[in-house]
Amino acid sequence: MSREVEDLNRRLLRARDVIDRAYAEPLDVRAVAAVAHISPAHFSRSFRDVFGETPHRYLQRRRVERAMFLLRETDRSVTDVCFDVAFKSLGTFSRTFRKIVGETPSGYRRGHGPIVAPHCVQLVAMRPRAALGETMQSSSFGEAEAASRPRVRVICIVMNSRRTTR
Amino acid sequence: MITRLNVASIYVLDKDEALDFYVNKLGLEKGNDVRQGDYRWLTIRVPGEPGTEVSLELPGPPLHDEATAAQLRELITKGALGGLVFITDDARGLHEMLKRRGVTDFTQEPTEHFYGTDMGVRDPFGNPIRILQQGRAAQKASA
Repeated sequence: MSREVEDLNRRLLRARDVIDRAYAEPLDVRAVAAVAHISPAHFSRSFRDVFGETPHRYLQRRRVERAMFLLRETDRSVTDVCFDVAFKSLGTFSRTFRKIVGETPSGYRRGHGPIVAPHCVQLVAMRPRAALGETMQSSSFGEAEAASRPRVRVICIVMNSRRTTR
Repeated sequence: MITRLNVASIYVLDKDEALDFYVNKLGLEKGNDVRQGDYRWLTIRVPGEPGTEVSLELPGPPLHDEATAAQLRELITKGALGGLVFITDDARGLHEMLKRRGVTDFTQEPTEHFYGTDMGVRDPFGNPIRILQQGRAAQKASA
Protein backbone atom coordinates (compact mmCIF):
# COMPACT_ATOMS: atom_id res chain seq x y z
CA MET A 1 0.00 0.00 0.00
CA SER A 2 2.74 2.40 0.97
CA ARG A 3 4.58 1.83 -2.30
CA GLU A 4 1.44 2.69 -4.25
CA VAL A 5 1.08 5.95 -2.32
CA GLU A 6 4.71 6.83 -2.96
CA ASP A 7 4.43 6.04 -6.66
CA LEU A 8 1.28 8.12 -7.00
CA ASN A 9 2.85 11.01 -5.06
CA ARG A 10 5.90 10.94 -7.28
CA ARG A 11 3.82 11.02 -10.47
CA LEU A 12 1.67 13.85 -9.15
CA LEU A 13 4.80 15.75 -8.15
CA ARG A 14 6.11 15.31 -11.70
CA ALA A 15 2.88 16.83 -12.99
CA ARG A 16 3.11 19.69 -10.48
CA ASP A 17 6.67 20.35 -11.63
CA VAL A 18 5.36 20.71 -15.16
CA ILE A 19 2.97 23.40 -13.94
CA ASP A 20 5.85 25.24 -12.27
CA ARG A 21 8.07 24.87 -15.31
CA ALA A 22 5.54 25.60 -18.05
CA TYR A 23 3.18 28.09 -16.36
CA ALA A 24 3.72 30.50 -19.26
CA GLU A 25 2.34 28.02 -21.76
CA PRO A 26 -1.35 27.36 -22.38
CA LEU A 27 -1.54 24.37 -20.04
CA ASP A 28 -4.72 22.40 -19.57
CA VAL A 29 -5.58 19.73 -17.04
CA ARG A 30 -5.61 17.01 -19.69
CA ALA A 31 -1.99 17.62 -20.69
CA VAL A 32 -0.78 17.83 -17.11
CA ALA A 33 -2.74 14.73 -16.11
CA ALA A 34 -1.04 12.83 -18.91
CA VAL A 35 2.32 13.53 -17.27
CA ALA A 36 1.09 11.68 -14.20
CA HIS A 37 -0.49 8.91 -16.29
CA ILE A 38 -3.88 9.56 -14.69
CA SER A 39 -7.25 10.34 -16.25
CA PRO A 40 -8.12 14.06 -16.06
CA ALA A 41 -11.06 13.58 -13.66
CA HIS A 42 -9.13 11.33 -11.31
CA PHE A 43 -6.07 13.57 -11.60
CA SER A 44 -7.70 16.69 -10.16
CA ARG A 45 -9.04 14.78 -7.16
CA SER A 46 -5.75 12.97 -6.52
CA PHE A 47 -3.77 16.19 -6.85
CA ARG A 48 -6.01 17.91 -4.32
CA ASP A 49 -5.73 15.01 -1.91
CA VAL A 50 -1.94 15.12 -2.04
CA PHE A 51 -1.19 18.84 -2.37
CA GLY A 52 -4.25 20.42 -0.76
CA GLU A 53 -5.53 22.34 -3.76
CA THR A 54 -6.68 21.61 -7.27
CA PRO A 55 -4.15 21.66 -10.13
CA HIS A 56 -6.05 24.59 -11.61
CA ARG A 57 -5.66 26.54 -8.40
CA TYR A 58 -1.99 25.59 -8.13
CA LEU A 59 -1.42 26.86 -11.67
CA GLN A 60 -3.27 30.11 -10.90
CA ARG A 61 -1.11 30.77 -7.86
CA ARG A 62 2.06 30.00 -9.79
CA ARG A 63 1.03 32.40 -12.56
CA VAL A 64 0.09 35.10 -10.07
CA GLU A 65 3.40 34.64 -8.25
CA ARG A 66 5.26 35.09 -11.53
CA ALA A 67 3.12 38.14 -12.29
CA MET A 68 4.01 39.58 -8.86
CA PHE A 69 7.65 38.96 -9.68
CA LEU A 70 7.42 40.74 -13.03
CA LEU A 71 5.52 43.66 -11.50
CA ARG A 72 8.19 44.04 -8.82
CA GLU A 73 11.28 43.43 -10.89
CA THR A 74 10.50 44.80 -14.36
CA ASP A 75 8.78 47.79 -15.89
CA ARG A 76 6.61 45.74 -18.23
CA SER A 77 3.02 46.96 -18.48
CA VAL A 78 0.29 45.17 -16.56
CA THR A 79 -1.14 43.99 -19.88
CA ASP A 80 2.19 42.55 -20.96
CA VAL A 81 2.62 40.84 -17.59
CA CYS A 82 -0.88 39.37 -17.91
CA PHE A 83 0.02 37.68 -21.19
CA ASP A 84 3.55 36.81 -20.02
CA VAL A 85 2.04 34.50 -17.42
CA ALA A 86 -0.45 33.04 -19.90
CA PHE A 87 -3.71 34.59 -18.81
CA LYS A 88 -5.98 34.92 -21.81
CA SER A 89 -7.68 38.17 -20.85
CA LEU A 90 -6.81 41.20 -18.77
CA GLY A 91 -10.15 40.96 -16.98
CA THR A 92 -9.55 37.40 -15.78
CA PHE A 93 -5.99 38.26 -14.82
CA SER A 94 -6.95 41.32 -12.79
CA ARG A 95 -9.81 39.54 -11.05
CA THR A 96 -7.73 36.46 -10.23
CA PHE A 97 -4.79 38.57 -9.08
CA ARG A 98 -6.97 40.64 -6.78
CA LYS A 99 -8.66 37.60 -5.30
CA ILE A 100 -5.36 35.92 -4.53
CA VAL A 101 -3.18 38.90 -3.60
CA GLY A 102 -5.80 41.21 -2.14
CA GLU A 103 -4.97 44.21 -4.33
CA THR A 104 -4.86 45.08 -8.01
CA PRO A 105 -1.75 44.40 -10.12
CA SER A 106 -0.96 48.11 -10.43
CA GLY A 107 -1.64 48.65 -6.73
CA TYR A 108 0.72 45.80 -5.91
CA ARG A 109 3.40 47.29 -8.17
CA ARG A 110 3.18 50.66 -6.42
CA GLY A 111 3.72 49.05 -3.04
CA HIS A 112 6.56 46.68 -3.85
CA GLY A 113 10.06 46.91 -5.24
CA PRO A 114 12.64 44.28 -6.08
CA ILE A 115 13.49 41.66 -3.46
CA VAL A 116 17.03 40.66 -2.70
CA ALA A 117 16.78 36.90 -2.49
CA PRO A 118 17.84 34.05 -4.76
CA HIS A 119 15.31 33.36 -7.44
CA CYS A 120 14.78 29.78 -6.26
CA VAL A 121 13.89 31.09 -2.81
CA GLN A 122 11.40 33.51 -4.31
CA LEU A 123 9.84 30.73 -6.40
CA VAL A 124 9.26 28.63 -3.33
CA ALA A 125 8.56 31.21 -0.67
CA MET A 126 6.81 34.07 -2.43
CA ARG A 127 3.93 32.19 -3.97
CA PRO A 128 0.81 33.79 -2.52
CA ARG A 129 -1.05 31.78 0.06
CA ALA A 130 -4.69 30.93 -0.20
CA ALA A 131 -6.93 33.92 0.35
CA LEU A 132 -8.49 34.45 3.75
CA GLY A 133 -11.76 32.62 4.14
CA GLU A 134 -10.65 29.97 1.71
CA THR A 135 -9.39 26.68 3.02
CA MET A 136 -6.63 24.93 1.14
CA GLN A 137 -8.96 21.98 0.65
CA SER A 138 -11.50 24.10 -1.21
CA SER A 139 -12.40 22.87 -4.63
CA SER A 140 -13.43 26.29 -5.86
CA PHE A 141 -11.29 27.82 -8.57
CA GLY A 142 -10.34 31.17 -7.18
CA GLU A 143 -13.74 32.25 -5.95
CA ALA A 144 -12.45 33.28 -2.57
CA GLU A 145 -13.18 36.67 -1.05
CA ALA A 146 -10.61 39.31 -1.71
CA ALA A 147 -8.85 40.31 1.45
CA SER A 148 -5.55 41.77 2.50
CA ARG A 149 -3.24 39.55 4.43
CA PRO A 150 0.34 39.53 5.59
CA ARG A 151 2.71 38.96 2.73
CA VAL A 152 5.80 36.85 2.89
CA ARG A 153 8.81 39.06 3.17
CA VAL A 154 12.25 37.78 2.41
CA ILE A 155 14.60 40.29 3.93
CA CYS A 156 18.01 39.39 2.60
CA ILE A 157 19.95 36.28 1.86
CA VAL A 158 23.57 36.67 0.93
CA MET A 159 24.21 34.42 -2.04
CA ASN A 160 27.97 34.60 -2.00
CA SER A 161 30.76 37.06 -1.54
CA ARG A 162 30.92 37.86 -5.23
CA ARG A 163 27.28 38.81 -5.58
CA THR A 164 26.85 41.96 -7.58
CA THR A 165 24.15 44.49 -6.91
CA ARG A 166 21.93 45.97 -9.53
CA MET B 1 34.75 28.06 15.69
CA ILE B 2 33.12 25.83 13.12
CA THR B 3 35.30 25.66 10.04
CA ARG B 4 33.43 23.61 7.45
CA LEU B 5 30.25 21.74 6.63
CA ASN B 6 31.30 18.10 6.69
CA VAL B 7 28.22 15.94 6.12
CA ALA B 8 24.64 16.73 5.25
CA SER B 9 22.00 14.03 4.83
CA ILE B 10 19.10 13.51 2.50
CA TYR B 11 16.56 10.72 2.52
CA VAL B 12 16.27 8.47 -0.52
CA LEU B 13 14.07 5.45 -1.21
CA ASP B 14 16.79 3.23 -2.67
CA LYS B 15 20.51 3.65 -2.17
CA ASP B 16 21.62 1.95 -5.39
CA GLU B 17 19.19 3.98 -7.46
CA ALA B 18 20.30 7.12 -5.66
CA LEU B 19 23.95 6.34 -6.32
CA ASP B 20 23.23 5.78 -10.01
CA PHE B 21 21.46 9.14 -10.27
CA TYR B 22 23.90 11.25 -8.28
CA VAL B 23 27.04 9.69 -9.79
CA ASN B 24 26.16 8.49 -13.29
CA LYS B 25 23.62 11.20 -14.14
CA LEU B 26 24.51 14.25 -12.07
CA GLY B 27 28.27 13.63 -12.22
CA LEU B 28 29.13 13.54 -8.52
CA GLU B 29 31.44 10.88 -7.11
CA LYS B 30 30.96 8.22 -4.49
CA GLY B 31 32.53 9.06 -1.15
CA ASN B 32 32.14 6.43 1.56
CA ASP B 33 30.45 3.12 0.95
CA VAL B 34 30.79 1.05 4.09
CA ARG B 35 28.55 -1.78 5.21
CA GLN B 36 28.11 -2.58 8.86
CA GLY B 37 25.61 -5.37 9.26
CA ASP B 38 22.39 -4.16 7.64
CA TYR B 39 23.54 -0.57 7.56
CA ARG B 40 25.29 0.98 4.59
CA TRP B 41 27.09 4.28 5.14
CA LEU B 42 26.89 5.73 1.65
CA THR B 43 27.95 9.24 0.72
CA ILE B 44 28.41 11.25 -2.45
CA ARG B 45 30.44 14.39 -2.99
CA VAL B 46 31.52 16.89 -5.59
CA PRO B 47 34.59 15.50 -7.44
CA GLY B 48 37.73 17.07 -6.04
CA GLU B 49 35.93 18.36 -2.95
CA PRO B 50 36.34 15.61 -0.34
CA GLY B 51 35.69 17.97 2.57
CA THR B 52 31.91 17.94 2.26
CA GLU B 53 29.80 14.86 1.68
CA VAL B 54 26.12 14.15 1.33
CA SER B 55 24.94 11.05 3.12
CA LEU B 56 22.16 9.10 1.41
CA GLU B 57 19.89 7.73 4.10
CA LEU B 58 16.94 5.37 4.00
CA PRO B 59 13.98 6.07 6.25
CA GLY B 60 13.44 3.07 8.47
CA PRO B 61 14.69 1.13 11.46
CA PRO B 62 16.52 1.49 13.69
CA LEU B 63 16.16 5.26 13.35
CA HIS B 64 12.43 5.22 12.55
CA ASP B 65 9.57 2.89 13.24
CA GLU B 66 7.77 1.72 10.12
CA ALA B 67 4.92 4.21 10.44
CA THR B 68 7.36 7.12 10.69
CA ALA B 69 9.37 5.77 7.78
CA ALA B 70 6.20 5.56 5.69
CA GLN B 71 5.41 9.19 6.53
CA LEU B 72 8.90 10.23 5.49
CA ARG B 73 8.64 8.32 2.23
CA GLU B 74 5.36 10.05 1.48
CA LEU B 75 6.91 13.45 2.17
CA ILE B 76 9.95 12.68 0.00
CA THR B 77 7.78 11.67 -2.95
CA LYS B 78 5.59 14.76 -2.48
CA GLY B 79 8.73 16.88 -2.81
CA ALA B 80 8.09 18.29 0.66
CA LEU B 81 11.55 17.76 2.16
CA GLY B 82 14.64 19.90 1.77
CA GLY B 83 17.12 19.34 -1.01
CA LEU B 84 20.55 20.30 -2.20
CA VAL B 85 22.07 23.33 -3.92
CA PHE B 86 25.18 22.87 -6.06
CA ILE B 87 27.47 25.24 -7.94
CA THR B 88 28.41 24.59 -11.55
CA ASP B 89 30.70 26.39 -13.98
CA ASP B 90 28.30 25.83 -16.90
CA ALA B 91 24.60 25.54 -16.16
CA ARG B 92 23.47 25.25 -19.77
CA GLY B 93 26.13 22.69 -20.61
CA LEU B 94 25.14 20.65 -17.57
CA HIS B 95 21.47 20.88 -18.55
CA GLU B 96 22.26 19.51 -22.00
CA MET B 97 24.37 16.72 -20.54
CA LEU B 98 21.62 15.71 -18.10
CA LYS B 99 19.12 15.57 -20.95
CA ARG B 100 21.48 13.38 -22.96
CA ARG B 101 21.75 11.09 -19.96
CA GLY B 102 17.99 10.68 -19.88
CA VAL B 103 17.11 13.03 -17.03
CA THR B 104 13.63 14.48 -17.56
CA ASP B 105 12.45 15.71 -14.16
CA PHE B 106 13.54 19.32 -14.50
CA THR B 107 11.74 21.78 -12.29
CA GLN B 108 13.27 24.75 -14.08
CA GLU B 109 15.18 25.20 -17.30
CA PRO B 110 18.41 27.25 -16.99
CA THR B 111 17.36 30.82 -16.24
CA GLU B 112 19.44 33.98 -16.02
CA HIS B 113 19.34 36.23 -12.96
CA PHE B 114 21.47 39.12 -11.84
CA TYR B 115 23.47 36.75 -9.64
CA GLY B 116 23.91 33.98 -12.18
CA THR B 117 22.18 31.22 -14.09
CA ASP B 118 20.30 28.55 -12.21
CA MET B 119 18.29 25.45 -12.97
CA GLY B 120 16.26 22.92 -11.03
CA VAL B 121 15.88 19.16 -11.21
CA ARG B 122 14.53 16.42 -8.96
CA ASP B 123 16.24 13.22 -7.99
CA PRO B 124 14.32 9.99 -8.75
CA PHE B 125 12.54 10.14 -5.39
CA GLY B 126 11.39 13.77 -5.39
CA ASN B 127 14.18 15.60 -3.61
CA PRO B 128 14.71 19.07 -5.11
CA ILE B 129 18.14 19.96 -6.47
CA ARG B 130 19.13 23.48 -7.48
CA ILE B 131 22.24 24.11 -9.54
CA LEU B 132 23.68 27.61 -9.84
CA GLN B 133 26.30 29.09 -12.10
CA GLN B 134 27.45 32.20 -10.32
CA GLY B 135 28.11 35.50 -11.99
CA ARG B 136 26.02 37.73 -14.16
CA ALA B 137 25.13 36.12 -17.46
CA ALA B 138 25.38 37.93 -20.74
CA GLN B 139 21.70 37.41 -21.52
CA LYS B 140 18.95 39.66 -20.33
CA ALA B 141 17.32 38.60 -17.06
CA SER B 142 13.94 37.00 -17.41
CA ALA B 143 11.25 35.48 -15.25
